[in-house]
Amino acid sequence: MDNDRLIWMYTQMVRIREFEERVKRTFDEHPGVIRGHTHLADGAEASIVGSLATMQPGDQLMATYRCHGYPITLGTDTKAIMAEIYGRTDGLCGGYGGSMHLADPGRGFLGTSGIVGQGIPQATGVGYAAQIRNRTQPPTVVLCFFGDGASKQGAFHESLNLASLWKLPVVYIMENNNYNVATRSEQEDANAAAGEPLSVKAKAHSMPGVTVDGGDPLAVHATVSEAADRARRGDGPTLVESKVYRLSAHGNLIAPPGVPLHYEEHEAIRVFGNRDEYEAALRGDPVPRFRMQLIEQGVLDVARADEIAQAAREEMDAAVQFALDSPFPAPEAATNFVYA
Amino acid sequence: MAREIPYIVAVNEALQFEMERDETVVFYGQDVAPSDEDPLVKAFGRDRVRVSPISETAEIGMATGLALAGFRPVVELLMAEFMLVAMNQVVNEAPRLRYMSGGQVKVPVVFKAGYGFTAGWAGQHTGSIYNMFCGIPGLKVALPSTPADAKGLLATAIRDDNPVCYFIHYLLVLEHGDVPEGEYLVPFGEASVRRTGSDVTIVATGWTVGKALQAAELLAQEGIEAEVIDPRTLQPLDLPAILSSVEKTGHLVLADQATRHASAASFIAAEVAEHGFGYLKAPVKLVTALDATIPYSQPMEAYVLPDEHKIADAARQVVGAAPVAA
Repeated sequence: MDNDRLIWMYTQMVRIREFEERVKRTFDEHPGVIRGHTHLADGAEASIVGSLATMQPGDQLMATYRCHGYPITLGTDTKAIMAEIYGRTDGLCGGYGGSMHLADPGRGFLGTSGIVGQGIPQATGVGYAAQIRNRTQPPTVVLCFFGDGASKQGAFHESLNLASLWKLPVVYIMENNNYNVATRSEQEDANAAAGEPLSVKAKAHSMPGVTVDGGDPLAVHATVSEAADRARRGDGPTLVESKVYRLSAHGNLIAPPGVPLHYEEHEAIRVFGNRDEYEAALRGDPVPRFRMQLIEQGVLDVARADEIAQAAREEMDAAVQFALDSPFPAPEAATNFVYA
Repeated sequence: MAREIPYIVAVNEALQFEMERDETVVFYGQDVAPSDEDPLVKAFGRDRVRVSPISETAEIGMATGLALAGFRPVVELLMAEFMLVAMNQVVNEAPRLRYMSGGQVKVPVVFKAGYGFTAGWAGQHTGSIYNMFCGIPGLKVALPSTPADAKGLLATAIRDDNPVCYFIHYLLVLEHGDVPEGEYLVPFGEASVRRTGSDVTIVATGWTVGKALQAAELLAQEGIEAEVIDPRTLQPLDLPAILSSVEKTGHLVLADQATRHASAASFIAAEVAEHGFGYLKAPVKLVTALDATIPYSQPMEAYVLPDEHKIADAARQVVGAAPVAA
């Protein structure tokens, strides 16, 4: 991978982190502006960028309610993403979807499900479409993102069985952050409880299963590239377990209107009182880790890294301001787009 | 040219015609064409005709994905109850994605299933559960009662840019009727007046349309002229056609194979109460299945279902030709 590409990857990671920090800060700086539930990708930047950096023209992806990082990486205007989260008319989805339901089909991001695991069969169907089209065009693949919790859903197993049976060009990327909201994997997953990686679930569906350090964008890139190549060749799907540590709580506080929303401490601390685990995760934060790696390799110098950080801050300043300035949709627009 | 063919043949004719017409139409489901000698496989190939595992969530969710990617899938779900296994995909995914994306995507899929198989299939394969899919913004519901509509509504469903639940009635599959050859479309949201009459309007759905027509014959012998209206699609619903008939007759009976509070009859009655109250000369009556799981044994099964006699009795009551039951 050339230096420009490495710096591009680092830049996207910094942009995602800065964006998510701004979402989080909005609860303090602009109380009441964000409604409902947001879920942040801080900690998963390396996994997201490493995965999406494999994409070729025509490739597509679907994801979950924890979805801000994908369109940021794909080049969707962060002003439109923030405006969507603020419920404004200039939002990416016009204020119809909000934080959990971003979509930018023009860039290959076909959408999300807010229900755990339920996007997996949909991405599998996109893979079926790709398989048909791949007969007559340069082959494309579909990246299907979901969490570790989703792998206990029937939707997951039904989809992996079908995709393997039909050799669909899908890469299943499980972002394993070890928590189902507040429940730890070993409390709800037989493989985890047995000390096995969750990628062993691939075995039941006769496809390769690989576990990768999701904090290392180059390792993720290499693993997803191999899986995507396999899919592109027509050899079928792969399950990639990308181990990440979510650095924020599952989502902001769930409370009725009137109660100020904010992010509480991570469940490791709030529920389990395990500050050591959380602090170890902070020490392994993939963004400074990749920065240091690139500086050590001479790909990046401190001045350039600071420029990237400054540019991200300015970009997200502008995104927040744009979103604050954007008007709300007309109430009666609520009846648009019910039917095509 | 129309010719007489069975309902099930009409269904398959529409599917075949639309698959020939549009190469983005794909068809799959449980036990669909397991043999490579199947005529659909021979005509359209294995990319467009596939047999799937018994995995409703995957089957239905994949249809949404195919649609997002530009295809028009028709999923064979066999029994409407099997959709319950994957209800989230039917009501909380496919119909919501266009809206939540702010109109950026569309989801043209057809969920094809049979229902109402009250022929000794007991409690779990006999339900008339189409009302569960009504009132879901973004979802359409078609309920053909004749071979011609079975063909025309399926063709329209396949061409529609929204998710459509297309429910065939298993007791009707061998019923014969005139069906146009070649391309044939029945528009959604356009009720059919199956019989005209001036004394009472009977709104009937699916299998009960035939029962309502039999009831109308009984009533005609008594000098009561019933108008039988088949909405054909429940979502969209042709309320103007129903209201204009009620305006003419002043009396309304609603026949529905579903249980009362899970029936289309109940929400159509509510619409008429709100928009057509001034036309009514008497309270409406609903003739629905009794509130019981469909029993296996034949006399009990018949007891819980609506039939032509129950519909005729209700009509006599609303027009004042019979005492109203307590």
